[in-house]
Amino acid sequence: MADEFLHIENLVKSFNGNTVVKSVNLAFNKGEFVTLLGPSGCGKTTILRMVAGFERPTSGTILVEGKDISPLPPNQRKIGMVFQAYALFPNMNVEDNVGFGLKIGRVPRDEARARVEEMLKLIGLSGYGKRFPFEMSGGQQQRVALARALAPKPKMLLLDEPLSALDAKIRVSLREEIRAIQRELGITTMFVTHDQEEALSISDRIVVLNAGHVEQFGTPFEIYNRPTTRFAATFVGTLNTLAAKVIDPATKSVSIDGQIAIIPSLSSAARSGDAISLTLRPEAISLANGHARDIVLDGTVSEVAFLGAVIRLKVNLGENALHLDTFNDQHSPPPRYDEKVKITFGGSDILVLGD
Amino acid sequence: MKRSKLWAWIILILGALYFLLPLVATLLFSLSIRRGTYSLDAYTNVVQAPAFQQTFTFSLVVGVATIVVGLLIVVPAAYFVRLRAPQLRPIIEFVTLLPLIIPPIILVFGYIRMYNSSSLLPLTNTALGTNILLTLAYVALALPYMYRAVDTGLRTIDVQTLTEAANILGANTLTILVRVIFPNIIVAVLSGAFLTLAIVIGEFTIASLLNRPAFGVYMQNVGANRAFEPAALAVISFVITWIAMGMIQLLARFAPKTAPRTD
Amino acid sequence: MSNNTDSAAANTATPASAGVVLSRSGVFTGVRWGDYLGVAPFLIFAVMFLVVPTLYLVVGAFIGRDGTFTFQNIVDLGTPQIVSSFWISIRISTASALLGSLFGLLIALAIIRGRLPSAIRSTVMTFSGVASNFAGIPLAFAFLSTLGRLGLITVILKTVFGFDMYKAGFNILSFWGLTITYCYFQIPLMILIIAPAIDGLKKEWNEAAATLGATPYQFWRYVGLPILWPNLLGTISLLFANAFGAIATAYALTGSSLNIVPIVLYAQIRGDVLNNPGLGAALALGMIVITAVANVIYLVIRTRAERWLK
Ligand SMILES: Nc1ncnc2c1ncn2[C@@H]1O[C@H](COP(=O)(O)OP(=O)(O)OP(=O)(O)O)[C@@H](O)[C@H]1O
Ligand SMILES: [Mg+2]
Repeated sequence: MADEFLHIENLVKSFNGNTVVKSVNLAFNKGEFVTLLGPSGCGKTTILRMVAGFERPTSGTILVEGKDISPLPPNQRKIGMVFQAYALFPNMNVEDNVGFGLKIGRVPRDEARARVEEMLKLIGLSGYGKRFPFEMSGGQQQRVALARALAPKPKMLLLDEPLSALDAKIRVSLREEIRAIQRELGITTMFVTHDQEEALSISDRIVVLNAGHVEQFGTPFEIYNRPTTRFAATFVGTLNTLAAKVIDPATKSVSIDGQIAIIPSLSSAARSGDAISLTLRPEAISLANGHARDIVLDGTVSEVAFLGAVIRLKVNLGENALHLDTFNDQHSPPPRYDEKVKITFGGSDILVLGD
Repeated sequence: MKRSKLWAWIILILGALYFLLPLVATLLFSLSIRRGTYSLDAYTNVVQAPAFQQTFTFSLVVGVATIVVGLLIVVPAAYFVRLRAPQLRPIIEFVTLLPLIIPPIILVFGYIRMYNSSSLLPLTNTALGTNILLTLAYVALALPYMYRAVDTGLRTIDVQTLTEAANILGANTLTILVRVIFPNIIVAVLSGAFLTLAIVIGEFTIASLLNRPAFGVYMQNVGANRAFEPAALAVISFVITWIAMGMIQLLARFAPKTAPRTD
Repeated sequence: MSNNTDSAAANTATPASAGVVLSRSGVFTGVRWGDYLGVAPFLIFAVMFLVVPTLYLVVGAFIGRDGTFTFQNIVDLGTPQIVSSFWISIRISTASALLGSLFGLLIALAIIRGRLPSAIRSTVMTFSGVASNFAGIPLAFAFLSTLGRLGLITVILKTVFGFDMYKAGFNILSFWGLTITYCYFQIPLMILIIAPAIDGLKKEWNEAAATLGATPYQFWRYVGLPILWPNLLGTISLLFANAFGAIATAYALTGSSLNIVPIVLYAQIRGDVLNNPGLGAALALGMIVITAVANVIYLVIRTRAERWLK
């Protein structure tokens, strides 16, 4: 690929014989915003820190613009980094924090001052130059940290859960801001989070990690709609799993808690009596109010959660239960607890997952 | 990345030399009273001297008295400040800082002027009175350590709940202090006590100026008149300090609820 | 083991301000007179054995032989003997405070940041607890056995290396002798106080500086030391006060051949060598003022540093 920027090959990291990153292969394009997403302890931070140079890979290579960066110490990698706990230097005011990398890089004073001013404007904190970190809110501090990382014009930006110390509102607005700034500067970015919504909303591509290996690498659309592994499907978004029993492979009919359904995508290798599981996103299922799709099942409402624009229902089918989302319609109230309902979904909505 | 750094080893080794050489030198010196061979004679001389036994016992007794009097003063104060009169805390804390700001020689100078034979409270008139004065002076020296130890102990238990529980069961304040609170902070109190003992037992300035037959004064006398015995005394003192500090560490291990100490 | 008031300073200087138990139930609202009864012995003791004796001397410094108010005692502090005793005391206290802080800082950095085996750190901290309390008479004996005329090092240097320290101008009964000896409790005290501050330096600050291109030297120059600076300054003034008030070590080491202020005062108390009780009080006042100023600097800087590092 012509504009490939970062290339990670067979990256492995062990701590005292305990392998936490297992042969990771990734390639980022120039200017791309890539998110590492995965549960706590899956090795996101470790990968990031290997790229930054704070951890030495046990094996494997990291190439930036085709060059192996492993011999370079962190202070020569020209990589900007933003930490979860801001890590602003408490002895310096905002200006000096942002200007630190420029001072170290011997940028002439006037030029540095202009650059600091420009960065403060970029993060919307012009006029805050003389403030000290302890005089600022968490969100402001994290923006300063971003400006500090970007000021020396690094080749790449690394962010390790930069938003998780902030409260929900700021988290959303700041992530949009980070994304906008990243677009404007066109800087290749590696962003770490364990929040799937955050990952889906701002990334060009997402790396789904689990226990040190890559489960799936793709755009948010691909990850959500076409998960290739069960882990990716369950970790990103909500997934219903229905236990079913094959009745007749020839007619593709199965029994779900005694109700018969035809599954067009049923594998031809299935045999009569096989136990199988069907997976579905909540939004693929709807209440069959007159209009029915491929499959219709009877159930009883066992939970009604009003989430605002969406209402999430839990419907019991017997042994199985599934969640479904319906839009909030102010003219027709949702079904009530214990009400009998019919649900419906299309055969093509069923996800076929490798394990 | 995880290798030890060379400079750290160099500093550590230099530091170890500075701190261990005097100890080794003192030990060897204390053993070389006989020309050409090592012997424990200096220690036997020291330990068998009646003055050693008398002064050491004297200082030990004063030390224990200091701890008892100190606790009688500090425990109720710390308890009430924590439970019922938090507005007094700044005053109490300021007071516990005073012994650190005022050098002991100043304190004892003040005592000598204030409690002499022509004063309202002529403590220095009698030996008993002077011993009491010495004990009180040591209480003053130990105040910061004791208060801090007791207060730390109180912080780790829920004073309020314990007190209320005992109150409901019909206990009065004295009973609560003695039967409920004290047993719960005994570990913290003991570490304060050992620290106090380590400070008091070899104290020189105050004891000397009050003309008390204390261990510190005895050591100074030996130092002025003998060559090898002082080294033996230094080794003995160092061992005593280690034991006192070791006891504190040991106690800390037995009290997992106690907040970590800096030393 | 003596009048060394140091590690208490380390301990009480971070007063247990957290966790004040406020009355939460109706049972204990308001302070009743009975509550003061519990605090009374403490306050009475403090007044009688800390506050009044000190004030007594402070006032005494302004009372002449005839019992009237005077500044004469203060003026009399200007005699060459007293001025030189203050001067040597200040020099020794400053030197031992600076050297003690420097080496204490280096050792603390080594055990915390030097990636040494973790057992070393706890050993050093425990030893510091002991050594910071190992002052007074025995410390003097230890250094006499080491660097005295017949001390082990002196003798080894002379017999093995043919170097006579005492001919080369060294004397344990001197400014440098006393300074080196004082460092034996000053360095550990510094370690005990500064270790928590170094622990407070976040690993991320190193890493942030590194990603911005800074070398380890630049990190310490621009970030690490400036952050520790208030703590360092404060501790230096604490060590200064600690050395300034100490007498036992110096007395046992040098007898009265080195006239530091506490030794002059000691002699004055014993035998009124200055032939003027008011002058003794003035001397005491001088000491109080100097140690109080040093301690106040310590407390002020420390409080400010705590706010700043939140
Ligand atoms: N320095 C280290 N020494 C030993 N084990 C480590 C070290 N750093 C990380 N680990 C282990 O490696 C695994 C991955 O850690 P890592 O910090 O990369 O997880 P993470 O995905 O960032 O998790 P989180 O979302 O909680 O930050 C964890 O099991 C962790 O315990
Ligand atoms: Mg992490």
